[in-house]
Amino acid sequence: MMSFVLLAEQVLNGLQFGVMLFLMAAGLTLIFGVMGLINLAHGSLYMLGAFAAASVAAATGSFLLALLAALVAAALAGAVVEMAIIRRLYDRDHLDQVLATFALILIFSEGTRWAFGSFPLYLDIPPALAGPVRLPGGIDYPLYRLALIGAGLLIALGLDLMINHTRIGIRIRAGENDREMTAALGIDISRLYTLIFALGAALAGLAGALVGAIQSVQVGMGEPVLILAFVVIVIGGIGSIRGAFLGALLVGLTDTLGGIFLPEALKLVTDPASAKAVGASLASMAIYILMGAILIWRPTGLFGSRA
Amino acid sequence: MKLGRFLMTAAFAAMAGAAGAEVKVGMITTLSGGGAGLGIDVRDGFLLAIQQSGRSDIELVVEDDQQKPEIAVQLADKMVQSDHVDLMTGIIWSNLAMAVVPSVTAQEMFYLSPNAGPSALAGAGCSKFYFNVAWQNDALHEAAGAYANGAGYANAFILAPNYPAGKDALTGFKRTFTGKLAGEIYTELGQTDYAAEIAQIRASGADSVYFFLPGGMGISFLKQYADSGVGLPLVGPAFSFDQNILQAVGDAALGVVNTSQWSKDLDNDANKAFVASFQEAYGRLPSLYASQGFDTANLMLSALAKAEPSDKAAFQAALEAADFASTRGKFAFGPNHHPVQDIYARRVVKEGDIYTNETVGTVLTDHGDAYAADCKM
Repeated sequence: MMSFVLLAEQVLNGLQFGVMLFLMAAGLTLIFGVMGLINLAHGSLYMLGAFAAASVAAATGSFLLALLAALVAAALAGAVVEMAIIRRLYDRDHLDQVLATFALILIFSEGTRWAFGSFPLYLDIPPALAGPVRLPGGIDYPLYRLALIGAGLLIALGLDLMINHTRIGIRIRAGENDREMTAALGIDISRLYTLIFALGAALAGLAGALVGAIQSVQVGMGEPVLILAFVVIVIGGIGSIRGAFLGALLVGLTDTLGGIFLPEALKLVTDPASAKAVGASLASMAIYILMGAILIWRPTGLFGSRA
Repeated sequence: MKLGRFLMTAAFAAMAGAAGAEVKVGMITTLSGGGAGLGIDVRDGFLLAIQQSGRSDIELVVEDDQQKPEIAVQLADKMVQSDHVDLMTGIIWSNLAMAVVPSVTAQEMFYLSPNAGPSALAGAGCSKFYFNVAWQNDALHEAAGAYANGAGYANAFILAPNYPAGKDALTGFKRTFTGKLAGEIYTELGQTDYAAEIAQIRASGADSVYFFLPGGMGISFLKQYADSGVGLPLVGPAFSFDQNILQAVGDAALGVVNTSQWSKDLDNDANKAFVASFQEAYGRLPSLYASQGFDTANLMLSALAKAEPSDKAAFQAALEAADFASTRGKFAFGPNHHPVQDIYARRVVKEGDIYTNETVGTVLTDHGDAYAADCKM
């Protein structure tokens, strides 16, 4: 049966997965909520962050500089893309947006291949954060993953403060509620949009760099995360940072714990072999079942306001 | 380097075209997306062999399948019907091979596989026109099981992605491994985070871990496994330890034993010449896939020297003879046109700044596959 140590480790894994998903989902939900734009290219910005970090880390050997490079590169790319392409899509319907941002995925992917080649890049955990630490209760857990949880929580707190307690946050919320009225009050809406897009891009790029250190930095790495990030913002309610946070943790924990406990739970009612097979299939569906259940209960998501 | 490669390819194609091609070869392989590195290496190895042969009457038509079965099928139709190629090769992935190979060989077109070796094409589904130059998919996994026995592992934790090749992998491992299994997990295809699986490994009481996670999946797993401090010995097939991904894994792969039918330090003349000339032509060390592309082209060249592809029976006999100098040393085909070959254990080492493999021993000698008996040609 499950031991306490295994359970605790899996909860930490779920949390870590969740906070990294949050970094992706935060930008996506702001862009979707404020501008009404479905941005499929968000995963490309995640990839861009990881590639920028890997090349700067290779050149300088500094992980902090690499993170900074990821932030700057993704924010710049986000701002440029918004001004050059995305801006023309706000008044179009969602199908045009999907088509154009899907084209952006292809352009980013093949462009990255041109610049960096077809082989995965190397990006490693900084030596100071390498290896496992012993937590109370005898749990060995990688220090870097703990640092990811800490960093993710800090960023979530910072975003919450920014949205709810600063002038720029007020403008973002105003833009989300009523675009025309906000513009009429003298706020430069197009600059606000560029800023939000760049902010979302920077968060995605940072997530790519942080996660890239423990994963493979390769072309196309952003798309699987993008799908989960969409699930997160639908669960959380489109446009809500708090919703994205809660949704991300729910998805992270469900995905991690479901894979472990569903097969175990099914063993109580059926034989081990089929419990394993059925449990594994159920586990891969678990987050979508969760999404379905939450949408039945609250059709606009946990924190969603729109119908 | 990249530009040089393109120029070389282009110049070669132009040269071949100018001479009036007599043999047209269709290559469908993966040149974009996450799996592009494999296809590029197969193509580059193949091109190198043709270039070294000095034959200017061979035209190579290369197309990118984007790792998508439907695109591979379209390309195959185009190559057969409008390009009128004489033989085909190139596919990396088993699911794409299953979509293309049976219909191509049904039209009596020769197909030489440089990589994909699904069991369905080795047994009852074998064909006179289908030759696999790399392996039957199970081979390296069977070798890994045999290696684990020899290393004294008695309680292995095994994992692979949940798709046909992943199931073949664990089946192959279990076919030869005589110890107990501490756990057996199928992960999601394309999964990037293995924290949950590593926690299960830690709690399982295993004495070793066997994993088949090709491409980026293996890079992620190895980095996370090394950082977790679990520290049990790892065994894997060559895919996660090959030249084209080792640099991205770094220290996390050092010392890991993996099984392969080829290694860059295999001591034979063909291999030494191949490694040196590949490095000179492309500025990087060859991978397993490059060696397979190179061997496939040399097999084809050896058969072309004896017969025309239009003379089906003679060309088939010429291919079956496998009369070429393989980078693996000795090489022969079994009755189902799949290799009978030695499989080696390699260990990941660091030479200067470069991560690579050194051969530590032969695990299986003259190893065929378990499906040959079902093949009736």
